[in-house]
Amino acid sequence: MLAAIFWLALWSAAALYVSQELILPSPISVFRTLLYLCGRPEFWKAAALSLLRIFGGFAAGTVLGTLLAVLTARFDLMDTLFSPLIRIVRTTPVASFIILALLWMGHALVPAFMAMLMVTPIVWESLRAAILAVDPELLEMAFIYRFGAVKTIKLVYIPSVLSPYAASLATAVGLAWKSGIAAEVLCLPRLAIGTNLYYSKIYLETPSLFAWTIVVIVLSFMLEGLFSRLLRKRRKKRW
Amino acid sequence: MVRLKDVTFSFGDRLVLDSFSIELPNEGITCLLGPSGCGKTTLFRLIAGLIRPQLGEISVDFNKISFMFQEDRLLPWLSALENVRAVLPADERDKAGLILSELGLGNELNTMPPELSAGMKRRVALARALAFGGDLLLLDEPFTGLEPELMERLASHIKKQSRPVYVITHSEKEVELLGGRTVRLKGPPLKLEN
Repeated sequence: MLAAIFWLALWSAAALYVSQELILPSPISVFRTLLYLCGRPEFWKAAALSLLRIFGGFAAGTVLGTLLAVLTARFDLMDTLFSPLIRIVRTTPVASFIILALLWMGHALVPAFMAMLMVTPIVWESLRAAILAVDPELLEMAFIYRFGAVKTIKLVYIPSVLSPYAASLATAVGLAWKSGIAAEVLCLPRLAIGTNLYYSKIYLETPSLFAWTIVVIVLSFMLEGLFSRLLRKRRKKRW
Repeated sequence: MVRLKDVTFSFGDRLVLDSFSIELPNEGITCLLGPSGCGKTTLFRLIAGLIRPQLGEISVDFNKISFMFQEDRLLPWLSALENVRAVLPADERDKAGLILSELGLGNELNTMPPELSAGMKRRVALARALAFGGDLLLLDEPFTGLEPELMERLASHIKKQSRPVYVITHSEKEVELLGGRTVRLKGPPLKLEN
């Protein structure tokens, strides 16, 4: 709370000093714009659709990353084939992929695709390492006591990898959100937060640019908070 | 009967068994007594099929082997009761509480392994091995970290087993406590003491 008051005061002072809405609008002006935006149905539609697109990409990336982690940890051939490819995807700049994706698919799909592309390597790397680090002594115990595949996965593998897996998902959700919004700015789907950010910049509506940025930040915090809470609850549950 | 004939096994350059042969009986308690690091645990791991010999033959006339490891190897995310239940079929899960209570852990059924003392963990591991059943019971240093009074209590449980039990130990006192046959070993590489 103290930090918020401090930074808002600093922002107000800076805005007062600059005295140009175009360069740095005051917090009050941004808040007014935000209130105005909240009163418009298009605002809520854009926020909901951006969330839907990016969360769809996040879910797809989680499934793909999980699947690839299991396959590359289990089969050497899959590891040889996929590990270098995933590492390349991870190090390639987001902008390169956005431009390529624009050539390959419809505008509305690009943000989801980008979110997926950001999430997959993070989930893959963390889960693959966690699977490979599962205690071999516990696996031997499971073998001796004839757990079988399903019980070994349920009682040994899942609890062993749950913590790093949850941490990777918490990191990935933030990255998916940021890359998804960046993709929206470049590919301009009809109703999207990124599209509104772009037009605010084009029409030099700086208070609107700030207001939409605040929306992105607030939604990001909410998403990460909600996700962390969900994962904490899941981890508390006994296996 | 467990029979090893001219079995050779090494970990890299370290020869643990060199043309080692032994026959172990299919009844009663057999204590395998030898100093730490002589290769007794490797012998158990070969019998249990966890590792394969580089040379030689191993024949084991038992279908289901229960193995209490030298380490407790409890699942840290399951309670003491759930750890024992995990090795039982669904229709026999009630046995878990009973066995734990017999080993003096009736008040610790819902305690998680990190909160158990070393002696308690050992008893949960033994309860799990006893509950699993099987026609051969392998116990690797079952009394490590236990008070003498508790050792006697556990020994009486082990003696009650109707199946053959092989026990690894490096203590003469534990051999006395358990009775049965004694196979004296030395090594590495593992050898029968004359």
